[in-house]
Amino acid sequence: MLSGTELAQAQQLLALIKKKLTGPLSIMEVCGTHTTAISKYGLRPLLEPLRLLSGPGCPVCVTAAVDLDRMIALAGTGAIVATFGDLLRVPGSETSLEQAQAEGADIRIVYSPLDALAIAADNPKRPVVFLGVGFETTAPAMALAVKQARERDLSNFYLYSCLKTVVPALHALLAAPHGLDGLLLPGHVSSVIGRRAQDFVASLYGVPAAVVGFGERDILLGIAAVLRMIEEGTPGVVNAYPHVVREEGNLLAQKLLAEVFDTAAAEWRGFGMIPESGLVLKTEFASHDAALHFDLPHASVLREQDPCRCGDVLRGAISPLDCALFADRCLPLTPLGPCMVSSEGACAAYYRYDRKKGVAPA
Amino acid sequence: MCIGMPCRVIARVGELGTVEYCGNSREINFALVPQAGNGEWVLVHAGLALQLIGEDEAEQLLALLEEFYAERD
Repeated sequence: MLSGTELAQAQQLLALIKKKLTGPLSIMEVCGTHTTAISKYGLRPLLEPLRLLSGPGCPVCVTAAVDLDRMIALAGTGAIVATFGDLLRVPGSETSLEQAQAEGADIRIVYSPLDALAIAADNPKRPVVFLGVGFETTAPAMALAVKQARERDLSNFYLYSCLKTVVPALHALLAAPHGLDGLLLPGHVSSVIGRRAQDFVASLYGVPAAVVGFGERDILLGIAAVLRMIEEGTPGVVNAYPHVVREEGNLLAQKLLAEVFDTAAAEWRGFGMIPESGLVLKTEFASHDAALHFDLPHASVLREQDPCRCGDVLRGAISPLDCALFADRCLPLTPLGPCMVSSEGACAAYYRYDRKKGVAPA
Repeated sequence: MCIGMPCRVIARVGELGTVEYCGNSREINFALVPQAGNGEWVLVHAGLALQLIGEDEAEQLLALLEEFYAERD
């Protein structure tokens, strides 16, 4: 809850934003947690005619079907599979990790990849695979786990890396026709990569952007900053979260990532292959690379005319409310795509908070 | 997954240490925030401290996460 002063500040910001809005504008919140926060605070109907569009910043949501199928295949090899809980219910082409677990696969929910190392130490005769889904916030813990596995000679520990980085995705988003007037950039990813690394959003693509925190005031402050830049015609990338995000980010984290991972093209749901957007283990860590050790399917079993529109939602091309399946056949209990499953998914947030508030479709 | 947990440092032992989050304590790794001292606040992602933060910011994030999780339960 906001205190009296904070509420007054938020209301002032809101009044300032409404004054600056002379017509419909579109701003994308790139981070999935921002999507959830904006929906929870009820900002979408409050800010109309400004349209706040969800972006590709939900790691589970952007994981491609082929990667989900490979993870499910890994669970079928008899290996112990360790993962964050969010992945369990995400549907692959034909089944899910949750179904695999119900059928007997040994899948364990952990809080950290470092916990998976302990499982590997306790089960030296069984392979233990950690399913690495995430961005720059979770990738350092996975890098550390792989380094420690090598140091401790835990040859039965493997990482299946679907790790992705945000900067190449922003390039992919902005290099294509997009109709976006501004961006809200992720708060905690930016604490790792730094504000400066995202300057290209304005300098190369002319799109104003703000790095923002997660509170109501933080988000409104970021939107006000973006609107000011639009109004003045001076696009930049401002830091509206300076008490957490530094210009250069966390250099030790960046060094650790560069020590353990190379970048490679990676497939994103909604975008296809994005060059240099994936993190894969360097050759010296190849003995811990699940993608090399296990025989995994090369392509997804394509569902004919898959009606799920998560891909369009992740590009900001549509709002979840534009999808015919939303709140009809696709529900939190019977999700047809990852955006309804993940706690950071746009469809889950819109279902929980926005669908009854009269938010206009995109 | 993209939002870190604000945790208070209880005891540092080399690269490792104990932090407190919402009344629970757990061991995390401090390799990437070596300067964090007892009593300070860090943002933790997947068992790894990634950023030193101020107490005000920590309290704001804790309140936010509490609201998020309360509504999901």
